[in-house]
Amino acid sequence: MSEIGNANAGGQSPGVAANHDHQVDLVRGDGGNVVVRISGAWRMRHGMPSAKSVEAALTSGAQPQRVSVDASGLQEWDSSLVSFLVGLDDLCHLRGITFDRAGLPAGLNRLIELAEAVPEKKDARAAGLRASLIERLGNVALLYGESSGKFIEFVGTVAVALTNFVRGRARFRRSDLLEVIQGCGANALGIVSLISYLVGVILAFMGAVQLQQFGAAIYVADLVGIGLVREMGAMMTGIIMSGRTGAAFAAQIGTMKVTQEIDALTTMGISPIEFLVNPRMVALFLMMPLLCLYADFIGILGGATVGVTMLGLSLRTYLHETATAVTMTALVGGLFKSTVYGILIGLAGCYQGFECGESSSAVGDAATAAVVTAIVMIVVSCGIFAVLFHILGI
Amino acid sequence: MATPDAPGPGGAAPNGAAKERPVHIEVRNLTMAFGSFVLIRNLNFKVHRGDIFIIMGGSGCGKTTLLRHLLGLKEPATGEIFYDDINFTAATPDQREAMLRRFGVMYQGGALWSSMTLAENVGLPLDEFTDLSPAEIREIASLKLALVGLKGFEDYYPSQISGGMQKRAGLARAMALDPEILFFDEPSAGLDPISSRLLDELILELRGSLGATLVVVTHELPSIFTIGNDCVLLDAESRTAIASGDPRELLAHSTDPRVRRFLTRGEARENPEKANG
Repeated sequence: MSEIGNANAGGQSPGVAANHDHQVDLVRGDGGNVVVRISGAWRMRHGMPSAKSVEAALTSGAQPQRVSVDASGLQEWDSSLVSFLVGLDDLCHLRGITFDRAGLPAGLNRLIELAEAVPEKKDARAAGLRASLIERLGNVALLYGESSGKFIEFVGTVAVALTNFVRGRARFRRSDLLEVIQGCGANALGIVSLISYLVGVILAFMGAVQLQQFGAAIYVADLVGIGLVREMGAMMTGIIMSGRTGAAFAAQIGTMKVTQEIDALTTMGISPIEFLVNPRMVALFLMMPLLCLYADFIGILGGATVGVTMLGLSLRTYLHETATAVTMTALVGGLFKSTVYGILIGLAGCYQGFECGESSSAVGDAATAAVVTAIVMIVVSCGIFAVLFHILGI
Repeated sequence: MATPDAPGPGGAAPNGAAKERPVHIEVRNLTMAFGSFVLIRNLNFKVHRGDIFIIMGGSGCGKTTLLRHLLGLKEPATGEIFYDDINFTAATPDQREAMLRRFGVMYQGGALWSSMTLAENVGLPLDEFTDLSPAEIREIASLKLALVGLKGFEDYYPSQISGGMQKRAGLARAMALDPEILFFDEPSAGLDPISSRLLDELILELRGSLGATLVVVTHELPSIFTIGNDCVLLDAESRTAIASGDPRELLAHSTDPRVRRFLTRGEARENPEKANG
């Protein structure tokens, strides 16, 4: 008998089995018989050899007819040994070698039998295979194409449902509408106050540092007033609301989908779009301009704080300058934009909710997607409005 | 006596008593598929008025998907579904909505609307589809909740009651409009054995007093034998129905080993005599 190879994880010299060490030795016998001698303590926390490490030793030279196991030196074992032996068994099976497990403890043998009781489902792994970069790129492109088609379809369905709402034929609960209005209106005042006040302060501060050099500190009021009313008020409210309300819509509707509440509405003959989307769209449509107006006002107060404390302007002078700078057109333009942003937030939130998959992590993904979609759409439409307003001379 | 035994794919073998009752639901050549993956092909069966019809089969064989097809939540790849000889598959959205209004569905997890109290849940369909006053709706909702043993829970929210109670509340909501057909998706899933039996008894009693047709998706053998008087057994391996008829008769007379294995939990493999003991 000659030793033809061994694999041990402990790094000690072959044949020495320390207490926490597992060891595999291959002994080639006569008549193409190879004995795999397993010894030591097999514990997953000490690492595990793979059957591949034995493969080379096993197949060097003449192919053995039969592989048997000698486990007399085995002290203790866990799943690491089972995994190794199952791997070895597969290896032998693949090469047409008989694998004799008679030398193994009974419990170990039963576990191996259990692991091999049901043959591997061949196509089950295909889905997990990594596709090539180009293939993945293509898939992502197709997915985007598909989802934008779906989004347009969704917008159409919502438009029909809203028409029914205007005609007074849509099914929804008045109390739901009031609740959503409270949720995305009154309850948002705190955060809108904080953010728009700070935006006002920041705008004023940045302007003040520059304008003071020219002795034109008073124009801080113009800068803050026009900046907030035309752009920042609507934009900041939109971004706050997409994080606050858009995400909430997606999560609510997504959860309702997971718990089959949407199915329950459908099978009752109630359109989920009319029942769930209409109140949300109407609430945002009504509340966004009001929130934007409020944000404009608070933001101007923030600017005034800087004007009064840092630039030594009187509050009266500051507000008077703001009033002359801000035109009605700018104000209405800002409010109009905020209404559009509200519609976009509602559409993105509800759409992602309905597209939600059926697991708890999918609800999180839907909420994230709703916020991202809404913010992207807000910024893009802000750009479009800037160009449009310029062309129209507003 | 005729043996309503495995009639092979696509065959329907209603038992003797059911033959005299009119057909309420008919499924013709239904093929269910997810994209290119065919789940069940060429499924045919009839449900007679007043039956408790069981859709059964192992996990992943398409029981719940079949239910979703019957409810119009999923469209068939091919084939048609008829209710009272009216084609549901080809119906317009408005016709469908009218047909759906005669159905009641009890979902697996109850699927109660979580932002509404139990009374509001049961009352919503009444509010939408009848001209009853709020007080009358409340009265009927209380009655339906009392029928399922939830008297006094009108103002509880779904999250405040146990899973078993949510299921029963779901049943109360399904019965709100006195439906002609009640669908149950896994009524006993997640219930302890006693609650599960009580629910079975409730189902039997409701059938007796409402006169509705009941379609139950389940794989709970005790429930199947207690409540079912007709069934279809779906098989994931062959992707068809492998048996139909009265489940007790199938247990007594079927010679198909797959049917026997399912109905005896795999305990009495191919030995009918021993299974009947």
